[in-house]
Parts: sequence; structure tokens; C-alpha cells
Amino acid sequence: MRPVLIVLTVLAAALFAASLLTGPAGIGTVDGLRALILGGEGPMPIVMREIRLPRAILGLAVGAGLGLTGAAMQGYLRNPLAEPGLIGVSGMAALGAVIAIQTGLSATAALALPAAALLGAAIGVGLLVMLAGPRGGSITLILAGIAISALAGAGTALVLNLSPNPYAANEIVFWLMGSLADRSMLHLWLALPPMAVGAALIWTTGRALDALTLGEAAASAMGVSPSGLRWRLILGVALVVGPATAVAGAIGFVGLVVPHMLRPWVRARPGALLPASALGGAALLLAADIAVRLILPERDLKLGVLTALVGAPLFLHLIWKTRSGGRM
Amino acid sequence: MLTLRGLSVTRRNRPVLHGVNLSVRAGELVGLIGPNGAGKSTLMEAALGLVPCTGRSNLAAMPATDRARAAAYLPQSREIAWPVSVEDLIALGRIPWPGGGRSQADRVAIDAAIARMGLEPFRKRTALRLSGGEQNRALIARALAQETPLLIADEPIAGLDPAQQLACLRLFRSLAAEGHGLIVSIHDLGLAARFCTRLVLLADGKVLADGDASVVLADEMLRRAFGITARRFDTPDGPVFLPV
Amino acid sequence: MRGSVPVSDQIRGGLAAILLASLAAPAGAGPQRVVSMNLCTDQIAMLLAAPGQLISVSDLARDPRMSPMAEQAAAYPVNHGRAEEIYLMRPDLVIAGQYAPGPTVAMLRRLGLRVEVLPPAESIDAIRGEIAHMGRLLGRQRAAEALLARFDQGLGAARHDRDRGRAALYYANGFTSGRDTLAGAIIEAAGYDNIAADYGITDTTALPLELLVMSRPDRLITGARWPGRSRSEAILDHPALASVAPRTAGVTDRDWICGTPFILRAIEALE
Repeated sequence: MRPVLIVLTVLAAALFAASLLTGPAGIGTVDGLRALILGGEGPMPIVMREIRLPRAILGLAVGAGLGLTGAAMQGYLRNPLAEPGLIGVSGMAALGAVIAIQTGLSATAALALPAAALLGAAIGVGLLVMLAGPRGGSITLILAGIAISALAGAGTALVLNLSPNPYAANEIVFWLMGSLADRSMLHLWLALPPMAVGAALIWTTGRALDALTLGEAAASAMGVSPSGLRWRLILGVALVVGPATAVAGAIGFVGLVVPHMLRPWVRARPGALLPASALGGAALLLAADIAVRLILPERDLKLGVLTALVGAPLFLHLIWKTRSGGRM
Repeated sequence: MLTLRGLSVTRRNRPVLHGVNLSVRAGELVGLIGPNGAGKSTLMEAALGLVPCTGRSNLAAMPATDRARAAAYLPQSREIAWPVSVEDLIALGRIPWPGGGRSQADRVAIDAAIARMGLEPFRKRTALRLSGGEQNRALIARALAQETPLLIADEPIAGLDPAQQLACLRLFRSLAAEGHGLIVSIHDLGLAARFCTRLVLLADGKVLADGDASVVLADEMLRRAFGITARRFDTPDGPVFLPV
Repeated sequence: MRGSVPVSDQIRGGLAAILLASLAAPAGAGPQRVVSMNLCTDQIAMLLAAPGQLISVSDLARDPRMSPMAEQAAAYPVNHGRAEEIYLMRPDLVIAGQYAPGPTVAMLRRLGLRVEVLPPAESIDAIRGEIAHMGRLLGRQRAAEALLARFDQGLGAARHDRDRGRAALYYANGFTSGRDTLAGAIIEAAGYDNIAADYGITDTTALPLELLVMSRPDRLITGARWPGRSRSEAILDHPALASVAPRTAGVTDRDWICGTPFILRAIEALE
């Protein structure tokens, strides 16, 4: 295992533990871990097992998924600006999720929620690949992303405003910014299996993404099937981003910041970036989720607020570098 | 090594290639010449099975991995998407092979390609930060690391200075002498005549002439393919063409 | 809550009869054309107004999910809180709640209408004050006194001073209410200690789910479900919440929304 992966694994594990031990109830480390592992009487095991554990696992999984899909999309589109949150894939997933919830579909079949979000994400990433596919430039990608994001955001707002539920209209911010607060094991079981399948699918694209470093034609001549890769990528991204967004909302910038920061540590190879980005994404999202609980513990500060504060300046920097000539 | 029979490609209802017959044998350096838009790049892509075509190409008929072990391809766009090191770039040539870049055989192939292209001093440098000529050498080394009997190169000397052009074509010539087959598209008729063992003239998607330089570069052929007359000066090192 | 069906139904039936007892008497010197544009003022106005004096109530007053007087409200034309429609009703008094949109109130005043803005009643004393205030506004002081007397009587019967344990209020988005809120006043009147006090919460604010679980209330009263679905209400399905006081669930229904004498029914329902 490469050193960078070891460091990131340790970091993610430490943040996972810290996430379990962060919360307003002020449970001590030893008591908390004992309640988590051994259970027992009283409210402490419930807090540890039903509230904090699903939150920490979701932070790990959603962060890893966003880091992984960000790295995969950047590798495929050969563009450091590609990111599921920014270019509308998460937004489309949110739209799918909102439609499933508001039409009552998710109440009739539990799997309808991740499935609808998955479909939304697939449409989003499919549109992007079609519009800004391997031969499209940065500008095409950003423009297509803006259009898809705007469409998804407007659709989400419309569906929520049409809801007879007075709370629904105020939830646009959740769908746009994301939060892990008070998600339960039920959400975990809904999201995790498809995300695992998607991650496995993306895992298999590593060498093909490496080959794409030389361009589409050279990669094809090296035995990479362009259509096979495209489908694995679209399906993999949708399987990860869809369910993740259905339970945690659209969290932007993770898939942008993490691959960018880790690229030098894997010698810029897109395939090697995949596992590193997954671990880095998990660490970043867990850290952000700990931060929202420490900064404003009672306000349910949205995760996307923090990730955007870190990510947006970097995004501008990347646009600046793209603008002034060179590729990344 | 490469056998094309009646290869045709149609794009947007317009024929780009029309019934091309062509073969490249071991030890040959075939120069593909012809005006812009004649279909040179399309011919290479179709031969590799990268674009839909009718007719027969022995390469396109192979399974993808077998094909990648039979022919290496240097596309016209010398794209390097990420700031990878020269060594990692060359290692990409090992993707069709079982080790994927990490086996002992891979190491040997990569080191040989680096040595052959004189890239040892640049091994750890970022490929994108090298000069155009150095990048070109790194990309050729990548194709060499693929260890294929056939090399298909689309305008490999375009944009290179004269010294680099000569070095590149000398390398190709020596590869042919070692038993490789090469097909190379090229615009410099003089260099083509001097280095290639055989020339193929393509115009409007058809093979106009195939054979020795003296046949293919005849005045009549040049006029038909390019619409020019060229003055030919024969020198001890080979012919020079001056379009007039 | 709905355990001892016959008795509590009797009480509630009786209570409603007391509250809704006809106070019919012609309007005196007060305003003759009154429009109420707030769910809570609608109810007090309907309880106090003379026949024909109240000409319109808000559309929410007809919604049985929110209004304990939905049936009575069906007899009144409704308004939607828009300046234009209210102006065209030619009222001589408009009663608005504090949360009425400022521009609407300002517009109505600029059109020369008398607009009285009533704050929401968040305690039993405030309800009493509100009834008296409404009585003065409508020129129906005697009706107000009679209603107050009946309210006090019902309160005396419904109030529990003995300690019945600890209760927690929990709504969508993880909000809870402390003692300075109407819901807090209701559970206090029903004889419960509010766990919000443990965390120094006096008004309505977010309470992390894990703090709620840690406080181990004896009784959990959750917010009413609205039609349609929302992520905000998903927290009420959280498995951790199901483990809190599992057999003593209660729901804050329409009797909990407004500071009116109908809170007596909410107090009764906590039996």
C-alpha cells in the first residue's frame, strides 16, 4: 500500500472515531465506546448506536463516494473542474429524490427513494457526458453544468413548493446544501448497498482512466472500450451520487477539492487517484460534519456551507489557471 | 501485419474513405502522404477499428486486447491530460499487458523505451513541462513500451524542428530494420521519399498510388493529388521538392 | 390520551358546549363590519362577535387540521389575507395577527382602514388578556367576561397541580418548546415538568435528538403530521425517538395551535 493511502486511512479512521464522540450530549470517550460496543441500559446506547453511528458511517460513505466520483469524472472528462455537486449531477439526484418523496412513491416502496435519485443522477451525468464528453472543453463543461444545475434546482424548488406540507418549501436549502443531522440506520441501509455497487463499478475504470491521459483515440487503441467505459462511469457515478444525495442532500465541492489536493501525492495518475480520493473525501466530509456540530451545535448548519467555503475559492483558482492557458 | 481490404468510411453521408486496399509487412516503413482531408487520419483510425467502417481490417477484427498487443497508435493530437512524470507516461504503454505496468517484464520494457529515446535524464520530470520535441519523444517511447510489431503514427514529425524530425525518422527506420512494421503519415515529401521504404498516396479517400517514391511522387501524381507542380532536385541525400 | 373514551369524550363534549354556548346579543356601539385575517383571532372573534358583526374570517379557520372551529367558520365568507379582497369587503375593523405581512397591514391602513394587530397568546394569562382585548375591540365586553368565567371554570377542572412526571415536546426539524410557549403552558397546566428546562430552553428552538434521548422523558408529545411529506418531519420517524417514552405518545393537534379557550381540550387530552 502506498504511504499516502496509509496516511489517509489513518486520518479517516481518526475522524470517524471523532465523529462518533462529537455531540451535544457530552458523553465521555470511554462511556461512549462502551455503550456503542456493549450496549446496556439507559439512553446512552441509543444515542451512540441509533444517532451517532449512522451519522458517522454516512459521513464516511457519502464523503468517500463524492471523492471517488469526483476523481472518476475528472479522469473521464480530463478536466479538473468536473465535480458531481457543481455540475448538477447531485442536483439532479436531489430532484429525483424530492419527486419520489413528494409523490409518495418513497412511502409505498422504500427503495423508490434511492432509485429515483439514482435515475436523476444518471440523467444528469448522462447529459454532461453527452454535452461535454471527452472532446468537450472546460467551457462546455461549465456551461452544461450551470444549465443542468439551474434546471435541477428550479425543478426541486417547484416540486417542494407544490407540496401541501408546510415544511417542504423550506427544505430547498437542505437539498442544495446537504446535512447528515439525525439520519438513521434506515437511511444507511437504503443508501449503502447501491453506493457500494457503484463504487465497485468505478473501481474497475482505473486503468481505462489512466489510458485516457493520452486522449480518447490512444486509449481506445490500447484496448479501452469507449462505450463500455462511458456506461460504467455513468452507472457508477449515478449509483454512488444518487443514493448519497437522497439521504444527505447535495453536498458540493468535496469531489473537486479532494482530487485536486491529492493529485500530486499519487503522481497525477487518474487510476491511483481513485482510492486516495475516496479516503480523502471521507476524511473531508467527516471533518466538515464534526465542524458543523462544533461551530453551531443547535442550528443544523448545512454541510455544503462549509465545503463551499473551502471549495469555492479553489474552484475560482482552477478556472483562473484554465483561463490562463495550461491544463492542470 | 496490417491488411486492409476494401475499407470504406462514411461520415454524415459523405464518403471519407473509399475501398482502400493497403498492407504493411514486417520491415516496412510505409509513408502515407496526401493533402489535408484526404483521409489519412481516418484511414489509421479505421484500420484500428476506432471508427465504424465497412470492408476488412485484420486489426479491427481482433479482440481489443489482442489488437493493442499487435499495434501501437500515436494519434495526431499529442494529448497529455495530467501532469504525470515521463516514466509514468511511458508506463501507460503497458496497459494492454498482464502486469499493467508493475511486473518485471513491464519494468524491462519501460526502461528499454526510455533508454532508446534518450529520456533517462527526464525520467522523473513532469511530461507537460518538457519542450514539444521532448514530449514527442516521450509519447513515442510510450508507444515503444507497448512492444507491438506494428506502429501506426499520425503525423509524428509535425511541429518538430529539423533535427528532431531527422531523429524521429531515423528511429522509425531503424525500428523497421529490426523487423517492425510502421505506417506513418507525413507531409514533407522529401523526408518521406528519403526515409520510407514505400509510399502510399491518398487523395479524396482513395489510394492514388502505392509503391516506390519514384512512382508515387511523379509529377502527374502530385498534380492529381495536390493540384500543384513541384520542382524536384535530386541530391546525394535524397530528393527535395519545391512546390511552384 | 384516548384511553378512557367515554369519560373524556363527555368532558370534551361538555367543554365544547360551554365554549360555544350562544352569546347572541345584538352588537352595541362596537364596529359593525369586522374582518379577521388570522387563524387565532378568527376563533376568539367567532366566540365573541354578535350575529352579523364578523363578516369574514381567514381561510385557515375552515381547515379542520388547524382550526377547532372549522365547522363554525364554514358559515363565514373567507379571506386569504390579501389587501385587495379585504378592502373590497368594506370593513370598519380589521383584526390581524402579529405575523401578518407588514406590507399588507400598511396598505390597508393607507386605504384608511382601522387595523388592530394582536400578538399571539403564549400563556394562559395572555389568553385571558386576548379575550378581554377582543371584547373591547368588538364592543362585546360582557360576552368576553362570560367567556372568561367559563374558561376559568374549565381551567380549574382541567388543571393538575400534582407532579405527573416529565414531558417533552418534539416537532419537525427537531424543535422543542419551553415554558414561555403555548405548548409549554399546556403541558405545565396538565401537571408535567418540561424537559426543555434541563437545557435552559424557554421558547421554541432546536433541541438535538441525542439531548432529547438523554433527558429520558416519561411522556413524549410530537408535532402533528401535515399532508404531503417532508424531510423535516422525518426526524419524527427516527428509531431513536421510538425508544423514548414509547407507550405515551401524544400529538399536538389543532387545539394546540392558538391561544384560545380550546387549549382546555388539549390539557384534557393529556390525561
